[in-house]
Amino acid sequence: MAQENRQRLDARGLLCPLPVIRTQERVHDLAPGTLLDILATDPGVMQDIPAWSRVHGHVVVSTEQDRGCIRITIEVCET
Amino acid sequence: MKKAIALISGGLDSMLAAKVVQEQGVHVEGLNFYTGFCVEGHTHAIREKHRSRPRRNNALWVAEQLGIKLHIIDVSSEYKDIVINPKYGYGQNLNPCLDCKIFMVNKALAWGMEERDFDFVLTGEVIGQRPKSQRKETMPIIARESGADDLLLRPLCAKNLTPTRPEREGWVDRAALYGFHGRNRKPQMALAESFGFSDYAQPAGGCCFLTDAQYASKLQDLWDARGERDYELDDIMLLKVGRHIRPASHYKLIVGREEGENRYLEGYRKRFLHMRTTGFPGPLALIDGAPKRRDLTLAARILARYSRGRTLPRVDVSAHHTDGVVEMLNVEPLSPTDLPASWHV
Repeated sequence: MAQENRQRLDARGLLCPLPVIRTQERVHDLAPGTLLDILATDPGVMQDIPAWSRVHGHVVVSTEQDRGCIRITIEVCET
Repeated sequence: MKKAIALISGGLDSMLAAKVVQEQGVHVEGLNFYTGFCVEGHTHAIREKHRSRPRRNNALWVAEQLGIKLHIIDVSSEYKDIVINPKYGYGQNLNPCLDCKIFMVNKALAWGMEERDFDFVLTGEVIGQRPKSQRKETMPIIARESGADDLLLRPLCAKNLTPTRPEREGWVDRAALYGFHGRNRKPQMALAESFGFSDYAQPAGGCCFLTDAQYASKLQDLWDARGERDYELDDIMLLKVGRHIRPASHYKLIVGREEGENRYLEGYRKRFLHMRTTGFPGPLALIDGAPKRRDLTLAARILARYSRGRTLPRVDVSAHHTDGVVEMLNVEPLSPTDLPASWHV
């Protein structure tokens, strides 16, 4: 069975747009198909990461919020 | 197909400029720069009272409306030199607008044309729109000093300027560009309407904290107190938060004004001597600088003045030192009349 390529980006404590910038930098080095879990605390990421993903053609797979921590998973796509 | 890199601030002018060129069949991608002084985002993220407002990153929103990619670039460390040593000086406050524009066009040039295969750079500048950076005399300075020269196109005021290479070579049709000038926003609003844009950001007072008199005064105070014109990213972030009260040149208090700010300041508490009231709710105060022992009582009295115990005769305050030692102080809250206005930075 092929191993799922999954990576994690810790952007907790950063205010937008820094989590978006860190996501952009990380995605630049990732192959299409990779899942990236972004951890953040600024609620602004709930709008900004999906918006950034849409303009670049990546897909938001899931969004979870547990107390102060937000986890957004995106799938890196060929753009 | 020719490719243009557009400086996208999130405001109407850069949105229109990109759209005008896009309409001519040019492939456009946007660049947005994070300087650390951006108003957008941070204040919404920090302050509780802003949370009820619909919140979006306007540059990303513009990119979505235009259907273009937007690349957000962190230039906060390089930008320091622009803020500290602007060749063309400051505007009304500590805003180095002309140097900033030169810097951003130069960065766009390097990003888009040296590292990628873009053909030209475009901005939403309009002659006469801004007193410092958007004047007829400054347009050629920006083009020359950024290194973009005639590869810098201003679609909204191009007809008032010498034709650039994209116009001369027919990459864009000069006849379909615009000749806007001055501070009148009606032509832009009419153009927005013709494109079907009814919702766009109109930031009051600009999108940069350096144009804000109160913020600039806090930054100047920081430089004066430290005896040097320098800053770290955390410094300029903290200038956006709380009341800054400086009883003496060697220390100041940063006192949270509301829950959101207190929460934000909590993130810095391990790096600063900090104080809080005990027994009832009150703000968190970070103490920046090097307070002497005898200063702690006054700092605690100031903090108590902003707590719910401000009317009590005595209030308990805990002082948390960076080495982990916690000291308890019992102080009389400072009365408003004993807090000179000059201490407020």
